[in-house]
Amino acid sequence: MTLLDDVMDRTVSRRTFLRSSAAVGGGLMIGFTLPSAILPADAATGSEPFAPNAFIRIDQTGKVTFISPMIEMGQGTFTSLPMLVAEELDVDLTNVVVEHSPANAKLYGNALIGGVQMTGGSTSIRAFYMPLRQAGATARQMLITAAATNLKVDAAGLTTEPGFVVHAASKRRIGYGELVDAAAKLPVPADVKLKDPSTFRLIGTPVKRLDVAGKVNGTAIYGIDVKLPGMKVATVSASPVFGGKVASVDEAAALKVPGVHQVAKLDNAVAVIADHYWAAKQGLEAAAVTFDDGPHASVTTADVVAALATASEKPGAVATDKGDVAAALAKAATKVEAIYEAPFLAHATMEPINCTVQVKPDSCDVWVGSQVPDIAQAVVAKSLGLKPEQVTIHNHLLGGGFGRRLEVDFIAQAALIAKQSKDPIKVVWSREEDITQDMYRPYYFDRMSAGLDENGRLTAWSHRIAGSSIIARYSPSWMKNGVDPDAVEGAAEIPYAVPNMHVDYVQVEPPGIPTAFWRGVGPTHNIYVVESFIDELAAAAKKDPVEYRRALLADNPRALKVMETAARNAGWGTPLGPRKGRGISVQFAFGSYLSEVAEVTVADNGTVRVDRVVAAIDCGVAVNPDTIEAQIQSGIIFGITAALYGEITLKDGRVEQTNFDTYQMLRIDEAPKIEVEIVKSSEAPGGLGEPGTSALAPAVLNAVYAATGVRLRKLPIDTEKLKSESRSG
Amino acid sequence: MLNLNVNGRPHSVDAPDDMPLLWVIRDILGMTGTKFGCGIAQCGACTVHIDGEPTRSCITPVSDAAGRSVTTIEAIGETPAGKAIQTAWLGVEVVQCGYCQSGQIMSASALLAGNPKPTDADIDAAMSGNICRCGTYVRIREAIKQAANSVSAQ
Repeated sequence: MTLLDDVMDRTVSRRTFLRSSAAVGGGLMIGFTLPSAILPADAATGSEPFAPNAFIRIDQTGKVTFISPMIEMGQGTFTSLPMLVAEELDVDLTNVVVEHSPANAKLYGNALIGGVQMTGGSTSIRAFYMPLRQAGATARQMLITAAATNLKVDAAGLTTEPGFVVHAASKRRIGYGELVDAAAKLPVPADVKLKDPSTFRLIGTPVKRLDVAGKVNGTAIYGIDVKLPGMKVATVSASPVFGGKVASVDEAAALKVPGVHQVAKLDNAVAVIADHYWAAKQGLEAAAVTFDDGPHASVTTADVVAALATASEKPGAVATDKGDVAAALAKAATKVEAIYEAPFLAHATMEPINCTVQVKPDSCDVWVGSQVPDIAQAVVAKSLGLKPEQVTIHNHLLGGGFGRRLEVDFIAQAALIAKQSKDPIKVVWSREEDITQDMYRPYYFDRMSAGLDENGRLTAWSHRIAGSSIIARYSPSWMKNGVDPDAVEGAAEIPYAVPNMHVDYVQVEPPGIPTAFWRGVGPTHNIYVVESFIDELAAAAKKDPVEYRRALLADNPRALKVMETAARNAGWGTPLGPRKGRGISVQFAFGSYLSEVAEVTVADNGTVRVDRVVAAIDCGVAVNPDTIEAQIQSGIIFGITAALYGEITLKDGRVEQTNFDTYQMLRIDEAPKIEVEIVKSSEAPGGLGEPGTSALAPAVLNAVYAATGVRLRKLPIDTEKLKSESRSG
Repeated sequence: MLNLNVNGRPHSVDAPDDMPLLWVIRDILGMTGTKFGCGIAQCGACTVHIDGEPTRSCITPVSDAAGRSVTTIEAIGETPAGKAIQTAWLGVEVVQCGYCQSGQIMSASALLAGNPKPTDADIDAAMSGNICRCGTYVRIREAIKQAANSVSAQ
């Protein structure tokens, strides 16, 4: 049983989960029952705050505490989620304090991801748009009922202003704080009326973020900043070859380093525990750890690619089968075939991996920034032989997540290290450890073929995806007849009209190399392939890329609208200089429609500069437009880093990149101008954390083609190929 | 014992001479606003000022800072340039995860203190040592310009 299955068994029924999980990609909302809260009395006043549900506490001063089911990793949920509550509760956002929820999937589970307490998949707003509005509206209704008794009037004559219940007829008003004691004694109403969206006061306005004051003056506390009495700091060296074991440790040498207290040995790693990080690092170097490399000692990237190429020659598990692709291809006037490849990628969150643990005989406390606090709780319990309820997770702000902190490998490791000490141990990985012991976005190998009729119209589409399945490891019950639903997202359904379509998936696990979700998950790889290949078809049909897509999007008005908006704003069709080009991508992923136009310049030496990116997004109801713009800007920069530089390679079983000098990041002097238009929509909210990234690479590659005539089918961009094959400017 | 002056306060520190200033600030003095990012001066998260100069504390031996004036993110708001930068950072809503922003703000404050009217090229030169994985670069550029305008308007 995986950890996630374990959490699910303790929280929701498998059947409930399977019903809800299908909604992740499509942006559908599902029913949700508000969990009730079980909260301790306020220690200071001895009185109980008004807590009508697990998300809201209101104290006697009227201060509102929002217990956030989702974590803040930069994406803005610590502002957009309380906005939903404040809108319906009718309070000023400045009067709301946000707290991390404890590990408790029953109360804080994400209905779009199986009821697990998981922040990922661009689901926060999609999963909580209705539940948190209901939570706020329920609390408001109870305060109104309490006020009706207090004022001896009919509740129907009462309204609210931010923080007050108002009786207009008698011009009286009562602050929420004065009502909480009475409201707390009332039954929680089962059915409450939500606001009509036309009366929204907060939703749809660019609200200032609630989490940033401490992030500009150094007071914000991330997991790595935790300080505890008696705490020691450890740093770790794990086997550089995945699956290797510790062979030797010079413990005496490590202990000679001033400040070093202890050497903690695990099967595959050694940690040195010291007064501070520097002593721990010096101690680890002195320990001169050697490893038995094990069975994967000779693995190279080329081995991985060769295995993918071979395995993908045979059919895989079918994700989509519509019409008759073979017959349509046989009849096609033009047949186009291509192979695309996408590399392993590391996450490289700015906050290196860290976790602080204190193990006591019958309990354990964990201080960490995690996207999955309940899975973190489960893994620590399992590692230490405790029950989950004996493990307390103190969650923190994340210095970046991008999927890395959906994993709990480092949390289990920290627990096993801290188990060897009576002190609280803060385990901090070096950047080198962070890059070389990451769990990587899989290498993917895609075979494409398409048929066009004599007018260039798309008649057949075949897409075979080969690569590691993250879902098969993370949550096998999510697999559907051999198809990993994440690995095919963005490929199994495409926005374009095509009468004959076949998509299949071949699972190929790279030897020993751990794989994991990465910002944009499945779509980051699939949109790159699909949107590059559509561009190839436009070229084969001798059509402009926008014109070609337009004809295929006639029945998809939201996709068409974002494409037309992005193209217009970018000045599509207007001339650019020599060795410059524009490229476009269109996607439906994470419940949102997005189109991006990239403008690039390709230098004579083959280097690519992204000069400008123009985006148009339809994410349904826009909760916080400023955060939406910020997330698209963010996703674009993240995407450019990957498109230009992102590549993890293996030699002798070892990851070759180690730090930002060899795993390069885009910097401010390379950042393009970015323009974002939010297309007005009243549809259900879509996701925003990842779409900006997944749409980026194909727009850039298509722009490179427009600039040079060279079609790149492998990431990252190969500057040598561009140098040697480009037509001259 | 080394004598350090951090944010105007003297500290007597028991640390080896070659211990990077970053770890003295974080793990001995307990000031966690200055961040660890790479340990090799590639990302700028650890940027502090030494006698006003932006400095990567992760590779600066603590002995180099002895007897000099060290300023960290916790006190940069007490300088006119630092205050203007922090205010612009909030006004423009630069911050996302925020982990790199201490370093970004320290680099930007040093730029503005020495150059009240930075051009795009000046911004590129001063800020390209600071990586932001959330990609807040577009807003960093805008915020530095806004801060420059607010300082020149005073």
